[in-house]
Amino acid sequence: MTQIIYQRSKGLKDVETHYCPGCHHGIIHKLIAEVLVEMDLLDTAVGVSPVGCSVLAGNYLDCDFVEAAHGRAPAVATGIKRVLPNHLVFTYQGDGDLASIGAGEIVHATARGEHFTTIFINNAIYGMTGGQMAPTTLLGQKTTTSQSGRDPLLHGRPVRMAEMLSTLDGMAYCERVTAANMPELNKAKRAIKKAFTLQMQGIGHTFVEVLSACPTNWGMSPADASAWVKSTMSQVYPLGVKKDITAEEKP
Amino acid sequence: MKPEVIFNLNRCKGCGLCVSVCPRKILKLDTSVTNIKGYHPSVISDQSQCIACGSCARVCPDSVITVLKHEEDT
Repeated sequence: MTQIIYQRSKGLKDVETHYCPGCHHGIIHKLIAEVLVEMDLLDTAVGVSPVGCSVLAGNYLDCDFVEAAHGRAPAVATGIKRVLPNHLVFTYQGDGDLASIGAGEIVHATARGEHFTTIFINNAIYGMTGGQMAPTTLLGQKTTTSQSGRDPLLHGRPVRMAEMLSTLDGMAYCERVTAANMPELNKAKRAIKKAFTLQMQGIGHTFVEVLSACPTNWGMSPADASAWVKSTMSQVYPLGVKKDITAEEKP
Repeated sequence: MKPEVIFNLNRCKGCGLCVSVCPRKILKLDTSVTNIKGYHPSVISDQSQCIACGSCARVCPDSVITVLKHEEDT
């Protein structure tokens, strides 16, 4: 008898991704695909992809997808979820999309308590456009537009979206995870599954921030980049549950 | 119990994340081979040392790896 320990998820289309070697987008796509298959939502789920490296996420995940204008995925998801309240609706947004140009959209979608899930991929840099400084870039981190490292007096300080959005009453569940190593990868999958489960219960906005590596623009090997996420990035962006109204209800 | 690790060789981008997470350190990038994409693909050096944990397959961003466990007939 042969037991399958792991095989390619049926939630992924049988195509190659355009992502760079070692990019965490591929890993996070897999986690979402696995959760959709486990929850039997692949046929009804609707994703909204951002502008950025993951603009083509709909080519890889085998569920319905809509492409939104830059930063406007929460507005598009709001419309879809209100028209199709029984469908799982999620946005998949990078930090350039969500924390920069789309910061206003996500704040108000959360404040309204819109019943969709946001998967926020934070890699502290603009990937697709060539490694420019993002709102989430760490202090001292070198990018093509902060070549001496991010200076707080000149460029400001990193934005912690998960903590910021957790203060809003519309947020039901907010957790920051990473796919940088095996234990954290398992936690990330659990967080995505919990967010999707709570969304289907209709209790409010659910948000999962995933700290992610961009080996190409960070100028690191994929293994070093994953280690850097855990050692350095998670110091500035602490991992863990930021808000969970279902836990608060219990004594 | 006989584990088997199968690589979809031409999908591999040679990132080496599987090499970095393997607890038995039995994966490596094969520099003697160049796949259709132009990368040195990951290979398993000693199948008998594999414990079928599946870490390499779970972490692979391109879903290159399938891990099977064959139960030996008794």
